Amino acid sequence: MADVGLIDHAGTDARVDSKALEGPRGARPRRVLSRRNIILYGTLFVVAAYYLLPLYVMVVTSLKGMPEIRLGNVFSPPMEITFEPWVKAWATACTGLNCDGLSRGFWNSVRITIPSVILSIAIASVNGYALSLWRFKGANLFFTILIVGAFIPYQVMLYPIVIILREMGIYGTLTGLVLVHTIFGMPILTLLFRNYFASVPEELFKAARVDGAGFWGIYFKIMLPMSLPIFVVAMILQVTGIWNDFLFGVVYTKPGVYPMTVQLNNIVNSVQGVKEYNVNMAATIITGLVPLIVYFASGKLFVRGIAAGAVKG
Amino acid sequence: MPSTRPNQLFRNLNAKIASIPMILTAVVVFLGGTVWTVVYSFTDSKLLPRMRWVGLDQYERLWNTSRWLISIENLLIFGILVLIFSLVIGFVLAALLDQKIRFEDTFRTIFLYPFALSFIVTGLVWQWLLNPDFGVQSVIRSLGFENFNFDPLYNADIVIYGILIAALWQGTGLVMVLMLAGLRGIDEDIWKAARVDGIPMWKTYLFIVIPMMRPIFITTLVIITTGIVKVYDLVVAQTGGGPGIASEVPAKYVYDMMFLSQNLGQGFAASTIMLLTVMIVVIPWAYLEFGGKGKRHG
Repeated sequence: MADVGLIDHAGTDARVDSKALEGPRGARPRRVLSRRNIILYGTLFVVAAYYLLPLYVMVVTSLKGMPEIRLGNVFSPPMEITFEPWVKAWATACTGLNCDGLSRGFWNSVRITIPSVILSIAIASVNGYALSLWRFKGANLFFTILIVGAFIPYQVMLYPIVIILREMGIYGTLTGLVLVHTIFGMPILTLLFRNYFASVPEELFKAARVDGAGFWGIYFKIMLPMSLPIFVVAMILQVTGIWNDFLFGVVYTKPGVYPMTVQLNNIVNSVQGVKEYNVNMAATIITGLVPLIVYFASGKLFVRGIAAGAVKG
Repeated sequence: MPSTRPNQLFRNLNAKIASIPMILTAVVVFLGGTVWTVVYSFTDSKLLPRMRWVGLDQYERLWNTSRWLISIENLLIFGILVLIFSLVIGFVLAALLDQKIRFEDTFRTIFLYPFALSFIVTGLVWQWLLNPDFGVQSVIRSLGFENFNFDPLYNADIVIYGILIAALWQGTGLVMVLMLAGLRGIDEDIWKAARVDGIPMWKTYLFIVIPMMRPIFITTLVIITTGIVKVYDLVVAQTGGGPGIASEVPAKYVYDMMFLSQNLGQGFAASTIMLLTVMIVVIPWAYLEFGGKGKRHG
């Protein structure tokens, strides 16, 4: 479709390739080095290089020693590869008085992410299931409020949640943060599951009810096993989202239990001491590693996740 | 009441029990929290929220604070530029990927990976790349352009463009993916018809395809706008609001007022303004999307 349309556009090629148009079937013989291809792939390669550049700079900087960095070219590959910055970033970099490196933040983030992902998906999947197959009066009203709520800037709800968590006695703890992530993950996940379960054939649901299965029976025995892909999509969405969170971490936890992103920011943007750019970049990569691995491992499912997350309704 | 009409309340009881978290979130946190913040923005709360009514005083003070005015100005410039550039770049990249090219998956993966990274990581990488002594500026100077000047992070006049570069790097991949989904939804017959009529490709895009993709464009616009209003971590990581207060944004004003300056009332008023800004965009969109009978092409 589109590439054939280009023939008209690409002046000189139009005459060369026009013979191919006479044949009704089969692939059009193409010259690899047509002007169109050079422009097309040239643009794509330049843009791709631009997008990859920061990743490249991060990696090479983290492998250089400070003397080499002071010589001054961020793009040059390391003359002498050293892993010391990585070790230092992980084990001994300082934030305030703590000098046990990013490892503390990493484990905090793990302890935040795992329960948040499990809890938010468990709640949202059951919610979506109830909304699509067991609708009750008023359910849609609450769902509408939930979806509209997804557009409200978090800043508006920051302080009321502080009060709620303080009343519950979990302000400043990991438990509190897990609860916050569960709350803010709910709109998008509920929508995701509701839409998915709504596409399940109704006969299946009716047959199960005739056989005497109840609300939980149908959920655990029928819906759960047949909707694993959507659970994976939800997991990708939540793992990257929660791991990358900064605002909730900084508002609802205290320095000892700061998640990794907050600790990373404190390490790199601390005003004390000499700036160690190689350690900073190593710390930055380490923090980005988890979502990057999830991204590269999940491939098209990630795209599906953000498309589901982005295009509401 | 249960005693009079037990059937009504207990029917479908399991579904109702399962929906309790959703109902609590929607009513208590989202609805209740928002109303609470708006109400308390009319009080003189300082360290702790207190119910002493002062009318519009907080708003008056807000719009007389130079830091807030700079935040709003930054948000406007940043917002308009992000909208324009991310839509244009995102669409062009999607159109390029839609040419039945080889390695489409590889290119898409490369354009989208920054989106998987957090704003903190994005901000710190670009802080390093834009470092005037070691980054882009020094490299270009060492190539012989001695007078080349590009130090957005230390120049108050252009600092917002430094943040813009980072934001576009992080977010255009998402716009591209959405646009690509829209392009894939266009019927092949449209292209065939345009070709038969001898319409050049760029005209087909501009006058036929883009108008057809209006719903996707509008949805993307809403997503970008709500994201822009919330921008916070990127600024904190990349510039910390500096140099001086040159790159402050509203979300940061809210956080600083609430949790650093013990000036809750200002924080509530500022966040209420943020809420209004989002509503101005979202309400007409929701009306268009769900009120009318517009068809979706995506």
